[in-house]
Amino acid sequence: MSQWLTKVIDDAKGVDDFLAPMRQQALSTLQDKGWPHPRTEEWRFTPLTVLKDRATDINTNNTDVEVPAITGLTPIDLVFVDGVLISNINDISLPSGLSILSLSDAPDSAQANIKALFGHVKPARHVFGLVNDALCQQGVYIEVDENCSVDTPVRIVNLVSKDCDSHTRALVNLGNNSQLTVIEHGSASIASFTTAFAEYVIGKEAKLNHYRFAFFTEQAKQVGGSHFSLQDHANLNSTLVAFGSELSRVDVDIIHAGQHAKAKMNAIYLLAEGELFDLHSTIEHAMPNGTTEENARGIIGDRARAVFSGRIHIHRDAQKTLAELNNRNLLLSRRAIVNTKPELEIYADDVQCAHGATVAEIEEKALYYLLSRGIKRSKALVMLNFGFIQELVNAIDDEHIREWLLPMLSERFASMEVK
Amino acid sequence: MLNIKNLHASVEEKDILKGLNLEVKPGEVHAIMGPNGAGKSTLGYVLSGRDGYEVEGGEVLFNEQDLFEMEIEERASKGLFLAFQYPVEIPGVSNMEFMKESVNATREQRGEEPLSATEFLKKAKEACKQVQLPLDFLKRGVNEGFSGGEKKRNEIMQMILLQPSLCILDESDSGLDVDALQVVANGVNSQRDSGRSFIIITHYQRLLDYIKPDFVHILADGKIVKSGDASLALKVEKEGYAFLGKEFEGVSA
Repeated sequence: MSQWLTKVIDDAKGVDDFLAPMRQQALSTLQDKGWPHPRTEEWRFTPLTVLKDRATDINTNNTDVEVPAITGLTPIDLVFVDGVLISNINDISLPSGLSILSLSDAPDSAQANIKALFGHVKPARHVFGLVNDALCQQGVYIEVDENCSVDTPVRIVNLVSKDCDSHTRALVNLGNNSQLTVIEHGSASIASFTTAFAEYVIGKEAKLNHYRFAFFTEQAKQVGGSHFSLQDHANLNSTLVAFGSELSRVDVDIIHAGQHAKAKMNAIYLLAEGELFDLHSTIEHAMPNGTTEENARGIIGDRARAVFSGRIHIHRDAQKTLAELNNRNLLLSRRAIVNTKPELEIYADDVQCAHGATVAEIEEKALYYLLSRGIKRSKALVMLNFGFIQELVNAIDDEHIREWLLPMLSERFASMEVK
Repeated sequence: MLNIKNLHASVEEKDILKGLNLEVKPGEVHAIMGPNGAGKSTLGYVLSGRDGYEVEGGEVLFNEQDLFEMEIEERASKGLFLAFQYPVEIPGVSNMEFMKESVNATREQRGEEPLSATEFLKKAKEACKQVQLPLDFLKRGVNEGFSGGEKKRNEIMQMILLQPSLCILDESDSGLDVDALQVVANGVNSQRDSGRSFIIITHYQRLLDYIKPDFVHILADGKIVKSGDASLALKVEKEGYAFLGKEFEGVSA
């Protein structure tokens, strides 16, 4: 067992609140499982050796961090800095049907609902999910009433002001036939370690628009997850956009717990220099008549590494499932690496499934043609190779998010070196 | 305009150009003919700067500047244009977007404001008509699904839009029927003026019936072995390359 984990277990003993029994359970699972071995399939290409010392100074509260704006969008912002919620929830005026509570400050009356969600969607196999179970003293519980459609997006922001560990949690409960947009927005580049996990229950005929922006770069390490449970006729539309850092990993679980649920997930990653980004997604079709469409696309430059594992698991009762998973990668340099593994596991006999992965390189002839017409190299690269990323950006419903992302991503791509 | 001195170049470590000399003055039209494998296309690629075409020696001045000091895109935006023998297809990039970017890159180099979408569209439509391509070709992917002749006309359309000072046409006549040949030739002739020069690389003399060259050069084994006026092309057409020596006996133009 690593020193890091030993310290986590020590720290966790000091955490005592209404979630204590569940934290204890997570700790004992964590102790049984132990630290992931470098050959553990889940962590084969993503070394955890960069996690050495733990900084645990969570007492000083630094609010001097700029919250990144999405031009044109005015969401309800729930901002965590160094793992501490700095937004004063009581001051936010909420649209009717939406309630938001801080986990550290939840009234007795809400505790039962929170306990019913905490750790119940997120599978126990995620080591850092268990760490988060044990240590997240800060988090939010968000609930939308039945039949209620909330237009204003809710944004959960994770920022870092100093070298420390942060563990935050979001629990989101969409009542039957309700609608909500949630943006999980993480951004940091200084040395630090963040675990941010979110669990969602999407009620019957409810619809969740979900975004996760994992903009952790350089020495900002992060491991997090978004986990969804879809009830009958529920609808999930999720977009993940990620850069990479020393250690950056996101786990997504989409569980079709009800029939006729629909899930669409698009993921984009653009990795430069020596960045690492690892996306593990698991789609569980436990019930019949569900559909899933997952597209993960990335561009990997320089010495960067992308790890993709996409698993679709169709249980015996999940007849009439339609599931598609596709992963496309473009390598810009000879030293860039991608490890991709799409996986289908099917136990039902009446289903339609497809999966695939491709890895491509820059086409020299086409690039030469554009250059020979005077077009600058960076522009030519964007024109030739950004289309498959742009397609996923264009698929985003929200116009403001689209217009904010596109120039940001194309600039990042244009600045990446081709070797 | 262009001054090539003792140019040596290789492809995959094979020497192709072996001491080529050529001077092109503003307004002149030079035709380069020669048997297969003489190095005609290599000359075009070396001048435009394609990767893999290594300059082994010699010097090329383009408007008094060292051409080999410039990147591919800089050569182009400073007025060097190569019409390709086999233009590449680029699905996913529209012909319109592609040409707008290239025109504006050239304008930027000249210190001019970029054209707006409407201004560009107007120019593009005119050029499109001039080379007799349907307007919907502007919306299609670059050369995507174009026939051989359509690709060649698309090259000439780009030349008309970019207004380069030196145009190198690499076998722009190959694979064209007489009508298409005439469209290409008319496009070229419409651009002839006292400031613009042309190097026309061709296998056949028939293009030169439509585009009257000032000089004709014969390129063989990496060098220009004979130069003359337009009548040299007719001689080659009639007699083949036998006059170059024994190894070219029986090689027709």
